Amino acid sequence: MTAPLIVFFVLAALAVIGAISLILQKHPIHSALSLIVVMVALAGLYLLMGAEFVAAVQIIVYGGAIMVLFVFVIMLLNAGVEEHTSLSKMAGPPGLLLVLALAAFVAATIAKSGASVQTAAQTGALSSTRGISEMVFKDFVYPFELTSFLILVAILGAVVLAQREKS
Amino acid sequence: MLQYLWIVPLLPLLGSAINGLFGAKWRNEFVTAIAITSTGLSFLCALEAVREFFESGQALFRKHFFDWIVAGNFSAGFDLQMDQLTVVMLLVVTGVGWLIHIYATGYMAHEGGYYRFFSYLNLFMFFMLILVLAANYVLLFVGWEGVGLSSYLLIGFWFLKKSAADAGKKAFIVNRIGDFGFMLGMFLLFRAFGTLDFSQLFAKAGTWQPEAMGQFGTLTVACLLLFMGATGKSAQLPLYVWLPDAMEGPTPVSALIHAATMVTAGVYVVARSHILFMHSETALVVVGTVGCATAFFAATIGLVQTDIKKVLAYSTVSQLGYMFLACGVGAFTAGIFHLMTHAFFKALLFLAAGSVIHAMGGEQEMPKMGGLGKKIKWTYATMFIATLAIAGIPPLAGFFSKDSILHAAYVREGGRHPLYFVGLLTALLTAFYMFRLIFLTFNSKPRYDEKKVHVHESPWSMLGPLVVLAILSVIGGLMAAPALLGVGPDYFANFLAPVFGGAQEAVEAGGEAAAHQLELILAGVAFGTALIGIAIAYWLYLKNPRKPDDLAKSMKPAYTTLMNKYYVDELYAFLVVRPLLWLSTNILWKATDVTGIDGTINGIAHGAAAIGDGVRHSQSGNTRSYAVWVVVGAIVVLAVIFFWPGASKTVLGWVR
Amino acid sequence: MVPTSYYVILSAILFGLGVFAFIFKRNVITIFMSIELMLNAVNLAFVAFSQALGKLDGQVFVLFVIVVAAAEAAVGLGIIILIARNRQTLNVERVDLLKL
Repeated sequence: MTAPLIVFFVLAALAVIGAISLILQKHPIHSALSLIVVMVALAGLYLLMGAEFVAAVQIIVYGGAIMVLFVFVIMLLNAGVEEHTSLSKMAGPPGLLLVLALAAFVAATIAKSGASVQTAAQTGALSSTRGISEMVFKDFVYPFELTSFLILVAILGAVVLAQREKS
Repeated sequence: MLQYLWIVPLLPLLGSAINGLFGAKWRNEFVTAIAITSTGLSFLCALEAVREFFESGQALFRKHFFDWIVAGNFSAGFDLQMDQLTVVMLLVVTGVGWLIHIYATGYMAHEGGYYRFFSYLNLFMFFMLILVLAANYVLLFVGWEGVGLSSYLLIGFWFLKKSAADAGKKAFIVNRIGDFGFMLGMFLLFRAFGTLDFSQLFAKAGTWQPEAMGQFGTLTVACLLLFMGATGKSAQLPLYVWLPDAMEGPTPVSALIHAATMVTAGVYVVARSHILFMHSETALVVVGTVGCATAFFAATIGLVQTDIKKVLAYSTVSQLGYMFLACGVGAFTAGIFHLMTHAFFKALLFLAAGSVIHAMGGEQEMPKMGGLGKKIKWTYATMFIATLAIAGIPPLAGFFSKDSILHAAYVREGGRHPLYFVGLLTALLTAFYMFRLIFLTFNSKPRYDEKKVHVHESPWSMLGPLVVLAILSVIGGLMAAPALLGVGPDYFANFLAPVFGGAQEAVEAGGEAAAHQLELILAGVAFGTALIGIAIAYWLYLKNPRKPDDLAKSMKPAYTTLMNKYYVDELYAFLVVRPLLWLSTNILWKATDVTGIDGTINGIAHGAAAIGDGVRHSQSGNTRSYAVWVVVGAIVVLAVIFFWPGASKTVLGWVR
Repeated sequence: MVPTSYYVILSAILFGLGVFAFIFKRNVITIFMSIELMLNAVNLAFVAFSQALGKLDGQVFVLFVIVVAAAEAAVGLGIIILIARNRQTLNVERVDLLKL
């Protein structure tokens, strides 16, 4: 039982508990906080794998921006405990079946892929930040520019959508 | 002209097109001019072509004008040819055709649809000329079908009359049954020889082994199939039933199509294919027997018919039987000879009958005629001449041609000469019923109300052709006379010898003198038989006018059978028409079309609607259900990747 | 070291939980959060494979995923606000004007 393994299991357990908590909580704010826990756990896992840049981005963007946004919206809309309705016929027994099917498929795929997944060791630190930036600005510069455009569009969209109607 | 042989059929086609497209608004005179000119010019061009043919030493002329069908190994061009047989057919078709056109201008003068009539008639001429000029079976078949079409159009000319429309349909449908056999024959010939061109096909077939009696080799089957087509077109047993009904058409139509030209197409085809038939013993026997049987059968029906045109119709069937009898014993020249003389006197008979009908104001039933001889002298004279010809009285045309057939039948047959005796008996019947017709119509006392019907002679537009045809009926057979009298050659047979070649020599077996004596004896017997027939008719219809009725009563069953044409039409209706109608209604219409095809199409539409109705429930408007469907889609993709890795790799390949 | 398969299995578990929440939760914001959970699970798998194969492509892709997720969150929450204003409810089953 090496140290990395123990850390892995702790972080993994944290992530799973957070996810389960997201499902079981009744108030959306509690779900949001659970999600934050999951994200922090994942950031830790990234660090464990040696992907520091991604871990940092995860905390800053996901945890610090997106989840904050979620919390703000929950507070803005005064979301309360969700009422229990079951108007949908499809969600329910068929849904459960489907989730299980999904899980089975994924499990089977993993089991089938065998060798390529099992062995590989984590090769410590690939020079993360430097390498990523080189790739982004050389090989992936086109998608990079597109994403900046995408963000612009998202900003505009959000502004338009959330405007109060001019009465 | 030979280089432009296509002009001969083209002229009537032009006449037909012009009259058909523009004639509706024109005056009759204009339509007449177009029709007569086109046919007349065609006749002149034909004469010119024949003249050139003679000048070139009667060399077989054949020209390929343009490629019509070229498909793989098979090619059938628009090829026209001219040989001695074509000369005979060409002159008969254009000459007699032109005379009948002139006659029709008088006969149809007061009819509605005048332009339509001449358009169809010209169209018929076009197709018939294609038929006789064709140098391969495919082009011949075009003409074959075309004359069938024209026949349908013309029989049903008065299409508002139900019996006429039905008769037209019957003619066309019965013809088609024969044509089916003809086409199968063509397919078989093509498969065996690789070509349908006359010269090439006959050259190849000439090298084949003859097939013995009872041996159903390729040639025999092909010949029998071609003969099936001839049976339909030339009204032999069992496909003759359309010809009597075809009398619903105007009389010029009956004269041209159902006496002189179209019905002879079957004989022409058999004669043209004589090399094939001579190689097949079975086919020859079938042709001869069917021809002989038809001749006798039709003659018996003609004995008791009361409609003047029906008598002539059955007479036509009977005489066609003689022509096939001739072909069946290998005497193709005799068959063609009879074809030519028959064209003359049968056309004359029909046209004269038309004149009688015209004189009687439309009456066609002989029991309502009588004593017309004094009133319509020209018609009487010409019709009398024609009747002498058909009865076989020398020196008129019919005697020589009929005699040469009977002589050939006697000589070629072995044993007891069954065909000869039946043929002879039929000659007796022919003479009898033809003179019965004359006596009932022109002699004896008038059996109609003379105050109500104003009998008048026909105009010269109608009488002129009658006279010309009468002259031809008299002199038409004289070409063969020198041979019979022993003073010279048979000019007609010698003329056709290059075409039929070896077929004729067999007659001369047994020494010149003995053969000639036999000929004279047989000729005398034939003449005597005709006289007997005339005598019986005289005794029954002029001497003792009441005897026929007494005879009819005493032999009632026989008489009724004959009157009802042996109930053949009823038999066909029962055996063929009713089952077909039942099949069409119940199986083809109700089961296949309504249930099957409509059911399938409607079923598909229904199915689509039903599926839509079912699938629509997935669009419930409930977002959570949609979420589940999203997951379903994801699982499908996963399943594909899991179970079918190849597909996902291919898609990835496209993406890259 | 930690075998890659462990990370992949964890990713699978998180993804499955995300799908479960996506189907069974009724609050529209919670559903949205479950989508983020699924995205995160996928990110984990990407990074794991990136480290296993020794290439950085996976991490670059994670970057893009995070960026897109951010944009999507912004717009999506804008829409949720509008829904809440118009229908006065955050229950996704009440947003059913398309229902027959």
